[in-house]
Amino acid sequence: MNIGLPHLLFLSCALFFIGIYGFLTRRNMITMLMSVELILNSVNINFIAFNKYLFPDKLDGLFFTLFIITIAAAEAAVAIAIIINLYRNYHTIDVEEVDNMKF
Amino acid sequence: MAVTSLKIFRAAVFLLFSLLGVAGLYFYLDYEFIAAVQIIVYVGGIVVLIIFSIFLTHGSGGYMKSPAWGRIIFSAIAATLGCALTIGFINNQSFSANDKPKVIPSAGEIGAQMLSTTEHGYILPFEVVSMLLLAAMIGCIVIAIKIKIPTQKVLKADIDEPYETIKPPVADSNEPGVAIQ
Repeated sequence: MNIGLPHLLFLSCALFFIGIYGFLTRRNMITMLMSVELILNSVNINFIAFNKYLFPDKLDGLFFTLFIITIAAAEAAVAIAIIINLYRNYHTIDVEEVDNMKF
Repeated sequence: MAVTSLKIFRAAVFLLFSLLGVAGLYFYLDYEFIAAVQIIVYVGGIVVLIIFSIFLTHGSGGYMKSPAWGRIIFSAIAATLGCALTIGFINNQSFSANDKPKVIPSAGEIGAQMLSTTEHGYILPFEVVSMLLLAAMIGCIVIAIKIKIPTQKVLKADIDEPYETIKPPVADSNEPGVAIQ
């Protein structure tokens, strides 16, 4: 069976909504960060699939994927620095218990 | 499983394997450079960073609280409906295949186009993203650094003494972390 563009789009759609589900159910900051990584990966799959099947003569989707990977790395690093600082101050990383800025 | 496992370390390992699967998909699509970048950055960088932060905050084998059933049900309904809607859109959409000559994305070609200043060059986003990485790195250090005592008093008092005579900073009771608790 030949794997075409719709199959890849189904896969990335499923990965995106698995990430959405995890982001909505999890209350732990590290696991929410993992869900965000899944969502960004599904977007990357979309870019690569469109670039491969619809515009094989260009490389634009590939560059977008590279920049998204870079930004995901920066985001993960900053998020983990925040998480560690939060744990140092509150001794928990549950988002329901850290509510000092809620009014 | 990366989003449902109650053991946080297992969730991280499941995330690692799903990222490896995505890298395998890139290999299947003949984009070897992207697959290599995916493995290096995600598997080698981000998952290791996540596992480190798990060790720093939880210890190795902690169970998390199970989320509330109402939240699980509503999130599952929302995700399923959104997934069904998107799959319906994809099914109705017909994609016209493009039969232009294929560009083999070798690493040299990617580098040449990324650093070119012509019409399809990506030099400006490249520079912007490098500045963003620098800012993120400095921001991480500033956020995660541990401030023991107010620095101004120490600098004025100890500036003329040799290094060995500086006393170790005493943990003050009005340190911000302690004060909040």
